[in-house]
Amino acid sequence: MSALRPDLAVIARNVRTGARVLDIGCGDGALMAELQGERGCDARGMEVDPVLVERCVARGLSVVQGDADRDLADYPDKAFDYAILSQTLQTAARPDRMLDELLRVGRQAFVSFPNFAHWRTRAALTLRGRMPVTRHLPVSWYETENIHHVTVADFRELIAAKGVRCERAWYFSGERALSPAFANLRAEYALFELSR
Amino acid sequence: MAPTTATQSYALPAPLPLDNGSALEGVTVAYETYGQLSEKRDNAILVCHALTGDQYVASAHPLTGKPGWWERMVGPGKPIDTDRFHVICANVIGGCMGSTGPASPAPDGQPWAMRFPVITIRDMVRAEIALLDGLGIERLHAVVGGSMGGMQALSLAANFPDRAARVLAIATTARHSAQNIAFHEVGRQAVMADPEWQSGDYYGSGRAPDKGLSVARMAAHITYLSENGLTEKFGRNLQDREAKSFGFDADFQVESYLRYQGSGFTQRFDANSYLYITRAMDYFDIAEEHGGRLADAFAGATARFCLVSFDSDWLYPTAESRHVVHALNAAGAAVSFVELSAPHGHDSFLLEHAALDRVVKGFIE
Repeated sequence: MSALRPDLAVIARNVRTGARVLDIGCGDGALMAELQGERGCDARGMEVDPVLVERCVARGLSVVQGDADRDLADYPDKAFDYAILSQTLQTAARPDRMLDELLRVGRQAFVSFPNFAHWRTRAALTLRGRMPVTRHLPVSWYETENIHHVTVADFRELIAAKGVRCERAWYFSGERALSPAFANLRAEYALFELSR
Repeated sequence: MAPTTATQSYALPAPLPLDNGSALEGVTVAYETYGQLSEKRDNAILVCHALTGDQYVASAHPLTGKPGWWERMVGPGKPIDTDRFHVICANVIGGCMGSTGPASPAPDGQPWAMRFPVITIRDMVRAEIALLDGLGIERLHAVVGGSMGGMQALSLAANFPDRAARVLAIATTARHSAQNIAFHEVGRQAVMADPEWQSGDYYGSGRAPDKGLSVARMAAHITYLSENGLTEKFGRNLQDREAKSFGFDADFQVESYLRYQGSGFTQRFDANSYLYITRAMDYFDIAEEHGGRLADAFAGATARFCLVSFDSDWLYPTAESRHVVHALNAAGAAVSFVELSAPHGHDSFLLEHAALDRVVKGFIE
């Protein structure tokens, strides 16, 4: 468990034992392996990078090479207890529609994303007048996959507008969990548990 | 001519029901096995061969002496490890390496030739299931196949969902496309246009439609490769000459290569088998067999699935695998899918590919 990124570790702890889970953007399958091995979950994954998919399949995980923008449509309604989208929302062509898809295929969803309103990014913009390159947003503006930067406040507004319920939220700075106080300023990234 | 060599064969105890409505009596299935069957009989892997393959997946071909067609994948310590698994590979019915096919004797003692019933992929699978029954294997650890072998694997999963725990289908499709059928029709017409074909009754004549079969193989072989692969291997290089001959010899290396592939093929394959097996592939459409919706074909699936495609395969392109994955997702089946990068087109599944090895090994275990 300790090897997991903090947001993934929180997800792993909070997914019901034996649940059916779809991990979208599952990477090398670390969370899936944890959910399957430790929580008795039926875990499925989707990953766009064929090298990572190959690694997942080689470790015995059920992972489909696919693009979340397009291939979530393959899954029937409520096929999963949880749909998980970690650190991927900001790369979606239409994050709002992806959120709809998450809560169509999953009864509940976990969504984590880097918070663009973190004080470091604010400082980079206001003081230096530059697009931020931080430890959590390490890639320059012209080559980043993060095409839809979002803040904690923006995200809360989006889910409210969609009538999506926020069950719980967690905030992180590096490896550390934070209190919700001034989360939009202090959190490097955030994790939401959602339902409709 | 029709070779009939096999180290092991199983005579089906009952007539084999066929999709055309009839039943075929006296069916024999020729097969090879590798590795020990466990006491619980739970470590068997059925490897299904492609159109022109045979049961010699990991042992030398009795006619050509060449190594098995998937020796790099199947064997001791290989991705499909015969130290751990009992691997079975059967010649399909309609084939010509010992299983009942058009060259086999009909009840009247004469070769079936074109009187042999038109069979389907599902009929081939029925024969394989009958073999598994005979061997006392209730549930396969896995069924594995590439190309037409993948079709059999998918057909087995759809029609006999309890018989395999894992289904690995490589470079394949759930239905033959118009283009697939078109290429096969070219091949069949080449065979049938050869006067030596003699309406299929060539067996006793001492002659065979080798020219037609050779042309069929040449045309088909192009579809197994990629344009880049051909260019890389041959380019416009000339064959054993300094200049073009201004004639119709094999001036170009690629011509010489295809002619070699064509004539080599006639040494080991029966022309009528080629007609029947290509027909079976053309008739293949799993969705059609299950009310038109592919997801319904896999509704009862309990197996884990893995589909693999190659980015340079234009015979059964990635979209066909995705189509199957879509249906399996809709059916709620556990499915993995990866498109591997390889320069050699459809035949990539038979060639050296480290990532394929890892996927196969990981999925099987």
